[in-house]
Amino acid sequence: MFDGQTIEFWSEGEQVSVRDAFGRILVAQAAVRKDWMLLDADVAGGTGAKPLVQAHPDRVVQFGIAEQNMMAAAGGMADTGIIPVVSTFAAFGCMRAHEQFRTAIAYPGRNVKLCCSHHGIDVGPDGATAQMFEDLATMRAIPGVTVISPADANEFMLAFKAILDHDGPVYMRIGRSATPVVYSGNHDFRIGKAHRLREGKDVSIIATGVMVARALEAADTLAKEGISARVVNMATIKPIDAAEVIACATETGGIVTAEDHNVYGGLGSAVAECTAQNVPAKMKFVSIQDRFGKSGEHDELPALFGIAADDVAAACRYLVG
Amino acid sequence: MTENLEQIAGSIRKVALEAVYNGRSGHPGGSLSIADMLAVLYFDEMNVKPDDPDWKQRDRFVLSKGHACPALYAALALKGYMPVEEAKTLRKIDSRMEGHPDAAIPGVDAPSGSLGMGLSQGLGMAMGARIQGLDFRTYVILGDGDMQEGNTWEAIMAAGHHKMDSLVALYDSNKLQGDAPVETQMNMGNVVDKVSTFGWHTISIDGHDVDALKAALAEARATKGRPTFIQADTVKGKGVSFMEDVLYWHGSVTMSDAEIGDALKELEHV
Repeated sequence: MFDGQTIEFWSEGEQVSVRDAFGRILVAQAAVRKDWMLLDADVAGGTGAKPLVQAHPDRVVQFGIAEQNMMAAAGGMADTGIIPVVSTFAAFGCMRAHEQFRTAIAYPGRNVKLCCSHHGIDVGPDGATAQMFEDLATMRAIPGVTVISPADANEFMLAFKAILDHDGPVYMRIGRSATPVVYSGNHDFRIGKAHRLREGKDVSIIATGVMVARALEAADTLAKEGISARVVNMATIKPIDAAEVIACATETGGIVTAEDHNVYGGLGSAVAECTAQNVPAKMKFVSIQDRFGKSGEHDELPALFGIAADDVAAACRYLVG
Repeated sequence: MTENLEQIAGSIRKVALEAVYNGRSGHPGGSLSIADMLAVLYFDEMNVKPDDPDWKQRDRFVLSKGHACPALYAALALKGYMPVEEAKTLRKIDSRMEGHPDAAIPGVDAPSGSLGMGLSQGLGMAMGARIQGLDFRTYVILGDGDMQEGNTWEAIMAAGHHKMDSLVALYDSNKLQGDAPVETQMNMGNVVDKVSTFGWHTISIDGHDVDALKAALAEARATKGRPTFIQADTVKGKGVSFMEDVLYWHGSVTMSDAEIGDALKELEHV
């Protein structure tokens, strides 16, 4: 399914920013596919797209700091047969230009890929204005939009190839901070398909993005206490893998969701929508509890905001206990 | 040809008003003000294939002021994209003729109805042409409301910067917006001067003069290295005396049997 020749993976255990993966896969895909263009709003240095700007400037369209125009123009460009890969910070792509994405891209089902960095407290020192906690909710709310939040740099590259092959509007998160590499290389990434990273019977942790590594860390801690925690990487938030959610609800004692996002409208909500309608389950949401962000280092903020590995473990103990 | 285009514009007006009448709601005033532009675009200027609406090399058209879609559907039907009778099934639950343009309708190149997004979509289409080495042209009709949206000015800035000479904006300056005259609601001053400073070629004409419209579009075609902005001075409700320059007919309104009868009678005499 994947052309491994064109992807150079990082090694498991390395700390890599997903932004670096964005730049790497853009350059690799520029060489093998001519059907897409990168649309940038003067933030290629921030999103990770800079290597493409340097290596293939002919594959980049510059819009300046005007995201609404960039988004609606992407809709028009897609109408001509090009796949626009629109990239900016999540606050601008998923809120400022949200209506342009809805009306000029999603409504006509145009083939646009929106890839945004700067979401969650993963942003770190830039503080609340740049820390978008609402992107999964705003994008999930639009009919027909696929929403993806890869677990690490390697999965991001697989997901990027998959979204280029997928016909339709997609929103995908690009992590900013250096994050542990969970996947050593190729795995069978499929849009809409959860990936079970660890088996467990007492409780399930369904995590997305940067929280997947913390879920694994929590599972290690719990194992020492005799608690068997299943860990599922829910890289696709929409459409949610309902079969895997139902399996977790029926086969384990409860579900802890883990996301770097506000408690409303993100992964926890998506999983709860699924359990509530199929097989009600005990749940705990490890997420940001309806507050705005603040400055701090990306490795200091999780404990302050209640989304550290310890918080995931505590939520599991609560459900098991 | 000029006479023929005027007749076509008259037909667009009639079909558009019948659609608003049948739909029991819609926007007649701004539909009537763009009828002459649509006649010239679809029946003189644009290279399109009604039997192949998705033809990759077709000229593109975006109606940014999407509430005027009764006139667009009328023009598309008269051009052969759909039966004229279908264009009159506006806003019905079992019809494709959505209350604002839906890109699923044959011949509709872009969704609109939320003001301010049309010029950007047209810009993206023009960029797509340049990137792929296609020589189609892109036309966008903007209304007064579009000119008040910041998104439109972002598009003006970018189109000038990128020297998008295959892009033409036609500004339907009918001077009445939804709730009040433009001048009192949000006076924009000299729009042409502002657009010109962003690197556009600008032309000001009477938007109901089909010869002037043809000449302006020819001038746009001959202009290299700059997009063209045509300020078309128009009358809201043009062609129906009791609608001309009357704010009420911006809509959304329901037309009575007497009103549609009187309107069609007047248009018969064009």
